[in-house]
Amino acid sequence: MFHWLEKNPFAFAVVVIVTIAFAGLVEIVPHFAQQARPVIGTTPYSTLELAGRHVYIKNSCNACHSQLVRPFKSETDRYGDYSLSGEYAYDRPFLWGSKRTGPDLMRVGNYRTTDWHENHMKDPASVVPGSIMPAYGWMFVNEADIDTSYAEQLTVAKFFGVPYNKPVPMKDGSTKIIKMGATVEEARAMALAEAKLITADMKNQDVKDAVENGKIPEIVAIIAYMNSLK
Amino acid sequence: MEDRPLEYDYSVTRLFMMNTIFVGIVGMLVGVILAWQMAYPELNTFLGEGLAEYTNFSRLRVLHTDSVIYGFVLSAVWASWYYIGQRVLKVSMAESRTLMILGKLHFWIYFAASAIIVVSLLMGITTSKEYAEFEWPLDLGITIIWLLWGAGIAGLIAIRREKTLYISIWYFIATFLAVAMLHLFNNLEIPTYFGSGGIGAWYHSVSMYAGTNDALVQWWFGHNAVAFVLTTPIIAMIYYFLPKESGQAIYSYKLSLLAFWGLMFVYLWAGGHHLLYSTVPDWVQTMGSVFSVILILPSWGSAINMLLTMKGEWQQVAASPLIKFMIMGSTFYMFSTLEGPIQAIKSVNAIAHFTDWIIGHVHDGALGWVGFMVVAAIYHMAPRLFNREIYSKSLMAAQFWIQTLGIVLYFTSMWIAGITQGMMWRAHDEFGNLAYSFIDTVEVLHPYFTIRAVGGTLYLIGFIMFAYNIYKTTSAREVEASELQNASPMGA
Repeated sequence: MFHWLEKNPFAFAVVVIVTIAFAGLVEIVPHFAQQARPVIGTTPYSTLELAGRHVYIKNSCNACHSQLVRPFKSETDRYGDYSLSGEYAYDRPFLWGSKRTGPDLMRVGNYRTTDWHENHMKDPASVVPGSIMPAYGWMFVNEADIDTSYAEQLTVAKFFGVPYNKPVPMKDGSTKIIKMGATVEEARAMALAEAKLITADMKNQDVKDAVENGKIPEIVAIIAYMNSLK
Repeated sequence: MEDRPLEYDYSVTRLFMMNTIFVGIVGMLVGVILAWQMAYPELNTFLGEGLAEYTNFSRLRVLHTDSVIYGFVLSAVWASWYYIGQRVLKVSMAESRTLMILGKLHFWIYFAASAIIVVSLLMGITTSKEYAEFEWPLDLGITIIWLLWGAGIAGLIAIRREKTLYISIWYFIATFLAVAMLHLFNNLEIPTYFGSGGIGAWYHSVSMYAGTNDALVQWWFGHNAVAFVLTTPIIAMIYYFLPKESGQAIYSYKLSLLAFWGLMFVYLWAGGHHLLYSTVPDWVQTMGSVFSVILILPSWGSAINMLLTMKGEWQQVAASPLIKFMIMGSTFYMFSTLEGPIQAIKSVNAIAHFTDWIIGHVHDGALGWVGFMVVAAIYHMAPRLFNREIYSKSLMAAQFWIQTLGIVLYFTSMWIAGITQGMMWRAHDEFGNLAYSFIDTVEVLHPYFTIRAVGGTLYLIGFIMFAYNIYKTTSAREVEASELQNASPMGA
């Protein structure tokens, strides 16, 4: 049989593709029949948070930081509850990472503040002596891309039914509505309002002035995203 | 007419070969910079504060992995394909105008796409998925490049004189098919510009999969991208170049069969070992572990077949630096494919995952197996492509030892770093509290990061010696009268 295959390239290719596709069919396809369901308390990202997530991706933060707490005592002691599948229901892409040069960030919003992040991103070693993380000074200057964030919200709401402007169940039994603007102008205004809540806790005058003038530096967006990780 | 040996056309091979060396230097240099940045973080601004955004670890990291995998290795794979393909199918590319055009288009579109990728990654345009960071316009470009190669393979096979496909061709076909499948499914994404009716950045997209499903698809891709870019085409290369260079026939056809079909079946299951203790279903994790261990069989099947091919001819290893590269490459392949399954055992993975031990594992495969085989392939091809002898045999030997020392420093330091950090993360004191803060587990790594950077630098120095050796070979005056056939240019 093998001798015959080696003389018949087309049949050979067909047998190869069947052999290699088999594992994927068995391991992956069944999970798509069952959509990932969010756990109670998991909400979609706001426009500003999603823009911050884009800043996180743009700077490959996931190259050094994981977002996956494994079910070990040492990890739950250090980072909080271990991760549940449904907590990632709105994560496109997933950002688990594969290397912890720095600590896990899955629940960083529980134990770090806006003020801490501001100082840390400007000069990591000033907050954590001995840190080998580089400074991210340009985030205080570059503007976050709110429009693209809004475009992504519209896309996931339309194609994947992500529940924007709909009540989402919370842990205490109440419901919460994550609002999404009806137009891009409204989305920008909502992101700016959210940004002002962040800059109220910040010290950098240039960033505060920028937000007063209707601009949102990347640092504000990424802090909004960090604070949302709980 | 039929009695004359075929004249093969190597113009496309030469283009890919030059690109291999050029991108190899760039990709490895970026890697060395990253290694020194981890030891001395002030190097993140080595071109000044103004350019910090583009010299920062986080931007360069993606550039390193993608340029080495898709720039350096794929170029070498394609250089080898356009060389080996013609020879084992006994047909010259020049016999078909279409094939020549396809081959040249393949190179130049690839070259242009590579340039765009470098710029876009430095700008931070990425999807974040490891080894699939490219946004949708580039994904489409990659698809075109891949199909051009596929058309070239199909075309050359269609007009072949030798009807039986040699083992190398099996592996090239498998590489083409598997990467096509992986690339297609992992990059299913919706461009948000079109999804939202024209808002925001035109190049941005959002993944079709969310959370755990996304992770599952990504590591099915990520693991098998390693299999089908860094393993199968390299096996294709060694199955051709080792017998040619040593003058020995492949030890066992049956072992080749077992190794090939075993690898095809087993490899794809093992992606789950990247997701142990994550939120993917337990049975997928267990399958990932079990199949990783089974994977030792087909991997060692190939490697042992290579080592036994040298049976009775071991003096060649001492005499020829080129054989040294290939035998050391096979040995590193065995080493790496044993280490991987060990790390895939759940209890070991609990310590190894997220640490530098994984980086060490990747590099003893990448530097020792892939890097050495690429170097060997080019040393074997260059005299035949340019009708000149290799410039310096002693320079080759020096390169071999410098690079081997570099690899040893690299993986030993990363072993120690990884296991140290993994153990410190989980250490508790007598009251059950965590014994170390996270920063303690970073500061302790400084000496190992420094040793690794030295090891990486040595490997780069060796590679620059290689580039110089090839440059002097191609620019030498002396031209061999006829193509060197079976005899090794390194033969005693």
